[in-house]
Amino acid sequence: MSATEKHIHLPEGSIEKQTTKINLGPTHPATHGVFQNILELDGETIVSAEQTVGYIHRAFEKIAERRPLYQITPLTDRLNYCSAPINNMGWHMTCEKLLGIQTPKRVDYLRVIIMELARIADHLICNSVIGVDTGAFTGFLYVMQYRELIYEIWEEVCGSRLTTNIGRIGGFERDFNNIAFTKLERFLKEYPEVLKEFENLFVRNRIFMDRTIGTGPISAERALNYGFTGPNLRAAGVDYDVRVHTPYCSYQDFDFEIPVGKTGDTYDRFLVRNGEMWQSLRIIEQAYKKIQDMKGEEATVYHADVPEYYLPDKKDVYTKMEALIYHFKIVMGEIDIPPGEVYHCVEGGNGELGFYLISDGGRSPYRLHFRRPCFIYYQAYEEMIRGGMLSDAIIVMSSLNLIAGEMDA
Amino acid sequence: MALTYDLIRQRLTERFGDRLTNFEEPYGMLSFEAPKELNIEVMRFLYDELGFRFLTDLTAVHYPAYAGRELAVVYHLHNLVENVRLRFKVFTPVAQPDVNTATVLFESANWQEREAYDFFGVNFVGHPNLKRIMNVDEMDYFPMRKEYPLEDQTRIDKDDEMFGRGGSFDFGNRNEDGSPRTIPANEK
Amino acid sequence: MARPVSFNIKEKPLEKDISIASMPDGHQGEGFFATKLSDVVGLARRNSIWPLPFATSCCGIEFMATMASHYDLSRFGSERLGFSPRQCDLLMVMGTIAKKMAPVVKQVYLQMAEPRWVMAVGACACSGGIFDSYSVLQGIDQVVPVDVYVPGCPPRPEAIIDGIMRIQDLVGKESIRRRNSEHYKNLLNSYGIQ
Repeated sequence: MSATEKHIHLPEGSIEKQTTKINLGPTHPATHGVFQNILELDGETIVSAEQTVGYIHRAFEKIAERRPLYQITPLTDRLNYCSAPINNMGWHMTCEKLLGIQTPKRVDYLRVIIMELARIADHLICNSVIGVDTGAFTGFLYVMQYRELIYEIWEEVCGSRLTTNIGRIGGFERDFNNIAFTKLERFLKEYPEVLKEFENLFVRNRIFMDRTIGTGPISAERALNYGFTGPNLRAAGVDYDVRVHTPYCSYQDFDFEIPVGKTGDTYDRFLVRNGEMWQSLRIIEQAYKKIQDMKGEEATVYHADVPEYYLPDKKDVYTKMEALIYHFKIVMGEIDIPPGEVYHCVEGGNGELGFYLISDGGRSPYRLHFRRPCFIYYQAYEEMIRGGMLSDAIIVMSSLNLIAGEMDA
Repeated sequence: MALTYDLIRQRLTERFGDRLTNFEEPYGMLSFEAPKELNIEVMRFLYDELGFRFLTDLTAVHYPAYAGRELAVVYHLHNLVENVRLRFKVFTPVAQPDVNTATVLFESANWQEREAYDFFGVNFVGHPNLKRIMNVDEMDYFPMRKEYPLEDQTRIDKDDEMFGRGGSFDFGNRNEDGSPRTIPANEK
Repeated sequence: MARPVSFNIKEKPLEKDISIASMPDGHQGEGFFATKLSDVVGLARRNSIWPLPFATSCCGIEFMATMASHYDLSRFGSERLGFSPRQCDLLMVMGTIAKKMAPVVKQVYLQMAEPRWVMAVGACACSGGIFDSYSVLQGIDQVVPVDVYVPGCPPRPEAIIDGIMRIQDLVGKESIRRRNSEHYKNLLNSYGIQ
């Protein structure tokens, strides 16, 4: 809401003026999410800013202390809801690390496909919303069509479009069927041209370049001090990517590059995300080929053999005793988690999404903390927009890909 | 020399002696405990000498079972060049939860400490702007502590009986005021 | 594994190229058409609703998908999304409303001009959703009167469109004097709105 309160005092006979304080948020156009900035402007130049968050604080960490492990997955969906599968997979990997479960290769490759599709979906929203904020609505409409195709692939696997709750501890709930792979092939065939056209709209566009080059820069040292990770840090020049540094889920088997920028301004962030989408396509193609090349027993497995945490097949539940007991214990939430502390991180759409899980041997975590990248790098927003203009502040906000659900948890 | 956990442990014990305790390596990450007065010194040592220049995570945990050490502040640090992570904790009693602020070293600690204050009540000494960040400013308790419930206690519209909380499970045997309900003779 | 059931596998031909809103009931003659004022006003209003998307969380992304070309919302007359409450008819609250955000919702509602409608999209806006915690408002009908509730977590774009169509029904059939009636005044007073 723009409730402008002017603090311009004009005393008798003097030409002194004061700065204007305006309120940017918590409701924004272009549906950025709920966070507020109180800006002090001198004309149109920003003198200082103060951020307030917490307008969508839903107490995830407290809710998680009440729920068994598999019931926390729907909560993780709602962290970075533009790329919900990455959060889900990250949480499952954290649980598997705590429980000592090793997933088979095919599960890893299927997870990689789903996570890279989620990364493409997240970056598509971010880049097209940068376009919308600079006035270019076409890119958004054009690219949402392919986001719908990604949603259809997820829907085929897990039944839901946005808050997917995809996968289980140990693997997936069902194998990917032919329709999912057909849609994936269609995506791999049609999407590169679309991305090329989207790129052509923006990357050498004079107006876009004038608006985004030089707005909201941050240097690599300041970015590291502020705890930046993800595309925003890579735009500043540091090539830190969790998939390469601490590979999880067999990412070391894939051949991909990490795009890195120079100055950390909005144009670099746009280009880094764009580059990452191309790399994600490469990874998906490699993973799909690896899955198709698998033969025999390992080509049909879609979950690890961990009966205590993965619901057994219905036909076993009806015929075998152990399966019946495990089914009962899992559904009634009577499985005790082994005690321990684990920290696991994945490369989310915004950077290093970490899960710090402390278990005391009960049925639900003792303490679960989400290391949320958006929350940590939003602190640097003031430093990035100081000295710029009001319209630049909007573009910087949308280029940082601030997702309110992840910021407030 | 490659930065292994043994080397880090050796350098830390050289510098701080036996004031650092509980060296463990659960699930592949070195974890130790420091007294709360030394937390900035330890972090500064790790920053300058051993290259742990990235604060990954700062959070707090409430352990009501440990008397005198109820609130723990947990720091996760990361050496990006050598790709080494570690975790260390400081414990503080809940009666006097003062911990030195890490904002002198890392800017990213600013909001994370405000979050720890908001949820647990850890008072970070020297923090530039220690006020609530997630919850409403008027809240007067620290919600993530174990003694407080998850749900909002001021709700009147929820049927507690259905959720197994409060209410009575007498299934129609009692009136609204608690007196036993009797069926009139002509309805029997 | 082939799916047992497939829907919508045959393409249906378009019946007409253009579909026009149907005429209200009335009395027609040589050069005149007499009908109720509320019908005409309702017809005009229902096909040109300007929504205010108050998108807070995940439902906002489903709304963005509804606005995009696949599930186009502008077919229903909502081409122009306003972000200023002074210019909008329909407040669509999409997503969780925390207690910190509740005064903002109320303020936005107060700034809207009559006639105004409110649609609660998503389980969190209807009733708090899966977040039964100390910081989440358990439904926006604690602070503003709501006309249509769209359940779902998040509701599919088809469900959001269904909600818009029900709003269109409400708008089309609303009586002219409703906003000045006793019943409406009592409703607003119960929320503390004068």
